[in-house]
Amino acid sequence: MDYNPKGFIKGLCSKGERLDGRKLDEYRNITVELGVSSRSAEGSARVRIGDTEVVAGVKLSADKPYPDRPDEGTIIVNVELLPLASPDFESGPPSIDAIGLSRVVDRGIRESKALNFNKLVIEKGEKVWMVFIDIYPLNNAGNIADAASLAAMAALQDAVFPKYDKKTELVTYEKTTKKLPIERVPISTTILKIGDKLLVDPTVEEEYVADASLMVSTLEKNQVCAMQKHGREPLSINEVDAIVTLSLNKRDILKNALENAR
Amino acid sequence: MGLLVKERDVAIPGDELAEGMDNLPAQGSYRDGDKIIANQLGVVTIQGRLIRIVPLRGRYEAKAGDLVIGKVVNIGFSSWSIDISTAYDAQISLKEGTSDYVERGSDLTQYYDFGDLVVAKITNVSTGKLVDLTMKGPGLRKLVGGRTLIVASSKVPRIIGKQGSMITMIKDYTGCRISVGQNGIVWLSGSDNKSEALAIEAIELIQKEAHTEGLTERIKELLEKNKK
Amino acid sequence: MTYTKRNDGRRFDELRPMEAKVGVIKRADGSAMFKIGSTIAYASVYGPRALHPTFMRNPEHGLLRCNYNMMAFSGSGDRVRPGPSRRSKEISQVTKNALEPVLDLTNYPNMVVDIFVELLQTDAGTRCAGICAAAMALADAGFSMKDMVSAVSVGLVGDKVVVDLDKEEEDYEDGSVDIPVAMTHRHKKITLLQLDGIIPEKQLQEALKKAEEACESIHKVQRKAMLEGYKHGL
Repeated sequence: MDYNPKGFIKGLCSKGERLDGRKLDEYRNITVELGVSSRSAEGSARVRIGDTEVVAGVKLSADKPYPDRPDEGTIIVNVELLPLASPDFESGPPSIDAIGLSRVVDRGIRESKALNFNKLVIEKGEKVWMVFIDIYPLNNAGNIADAASLAAMAALQDAVFPKYDKKTELVTYEKTTKKLPIERVPISTTILKIGDKLLVDPTVEEEYVADASLMVSTLEKNQVCAMQKHGREPLSINEVDAIVTLSLNKRDILKNALENAR
Repeated sequence: MGLLVKERDVAIPGDELAEGMDNLPAQGSYRDGDKIIANQLGVVTIQGRLIRIVPLRGRYEAKAGDLVIGKVVNIGFSSWSIDISTAYDAQISLKEGTSDYVERGSDLTQYYDFGDLVVAKITNVSTGKLVDLTMKGPGLRKLVGGRTLIVASSKVPRIIGKQGSMITMIKDYTGCRISVGQNGIVWLSGSDNKSEALAIEAIELIQKEAHTEGLTERIKELLEKNKK
Repeated sequence: MTYTKRNDGRRFDELRPMEAKVGVIKRADGSAMFKIGSTIAYASVYGPRALHPTFMRNPEHGLLRCNYNMMAFSGSGDRVRPGPSRRSKEISQVTKNALEPVLDLTNYPNMVVDIFVELLQTDAGTRCAGICAAAMALADAGFSMKDMVSAVSVGLVGDKVVVDLDKEEEDYEDGSVDIPVAMTHRHKKITLLQLDGIIPEKQLQEALKKAEEACESIHKVQRKAMLEGYKHGL
């Protein structure tokens, strides 16, 4: 519950100000930690954006490929909005928000061809690697979406293939030194529209009063690889252009955090 | 003497605070045989024979007579529901909301609308911990403008100070109007951002250092340094 | 079969290295992390808060609700299918039972206190780690607690009474007995007790005695974490 007077945050926003003193286009401090679950996960990471904290883990299994894609492995993304992380998250099966976020993170990685699915084949038509990416917020202080996307990429970068025994056709969960075939790094930024202002990295209070939001995933060389709009209000074409430009500008901040991961 | 701890020690639940019958357990402690045991995580305070634990955190527990700040979250036919950060929303009945004669079916939003902030007083807390509020009384009113700050309800007495001395000092130096709810909601309104920011800084410092010595002096220093 | 040496070189009554921290989840009313060996548990507490649906409300005291969950990537073998399992539901129940005796919920009629336990990484002793974290989280939230609760798994591996079994020991091919125990600190009252396997009475007594000593050590770690957390909160 935000006890600020009605319209307080919108009022601040219209003046280019925010509750925590940041500028509209300023991210909170971002840190990425790798291997937080290294004993059990094939790859894992923890991302902090301000007080928002999200962990992601990668587990691989060997299965039959989809019949229409015999020479491709795939990813399965699962975001669970744990009630542990916020008084607003409820127990139970994944909510619409959780499913929505899962699909959006999936899209960013899949459509950008970040992971080379053809290099996830064990035996064409028979056995391929399924890469599961499970993402869990530990504390929701706003902008779980960006933290989740970043954590997913970090976990993938941290991941190595487990051993596969051709005779028994089983995965033995000993780590190899072979990294996953990552060829591109999609970076997602969520940008909110409040009134006629655009802002990045929203807090919970800001998300609550947002008119609309657009999540944009970008690649190197000014390429966009995924987008998703949320919210009740429409966006004009100019606003979308402005958001995409802002997104491309902010790409490096998040990418650097990924590169500085420990 | 039997005391096993001293003033300002931190105790966790289950810690032994005293032995023998010389001391009496007050808030946050209890007697178990010939020992007094801490019931809460917090700071030891000793007043004469009484041993108390002042908790660092904990949700607000409503008491009749408390001044609280809340937000209108629902409007019924003859009452308003106010979120005061308790498990269930508090209620202002028609009678306690206004002295006007209110016709049946009239629009209650003209008095208090969704999202409005109010300073109210708790008149009654039922056995089921449901809270009744009144808007009738000195200082009770709808709050217009300004901004709010959430503090730990256990720190409110320190923020207010003895006979209001601490909060009055902050008001004087910053020129802000400030209302402090026992439920941990603080409302303030100043003539500009700077004075509001200073008041907020002072209050957050009190929150952080509530149980240290010389706090009043440090707050005074902070206010002096940044005075306009 | 004679069990002569633990795979990590520990003494039979030695606990794995532990780490604990409170206040790790700011949105929660109280929270804590407890790590023992490679097992990492997070716990957060929300409440007392509104309880829905209404039929669950008790006008005489608050309800304590516990939810234990393992993250999908927390197991060292296959991925754990998300969602509640019979095992996780049972652990949720015994966790609640382990903590309820020290809480006074009469001040919270019609309300609920929710405890959430999440495992980031598992190497046996998960329910015990969860209870250790949850107990700290409740204290961190400012709840009235008669005492602290600590928990550890003791048992038999081969022919030796052992403290703090890891996964390898739980799966010991020549037989092992796993006994998760939770105890209050002051009076050593047992609030969680489960047993899987066959163990002679004398060794069971020895195991419980060792559990008492182990819980003392764990309590020290919990206490330190809470005092440090308080210092930062100051």
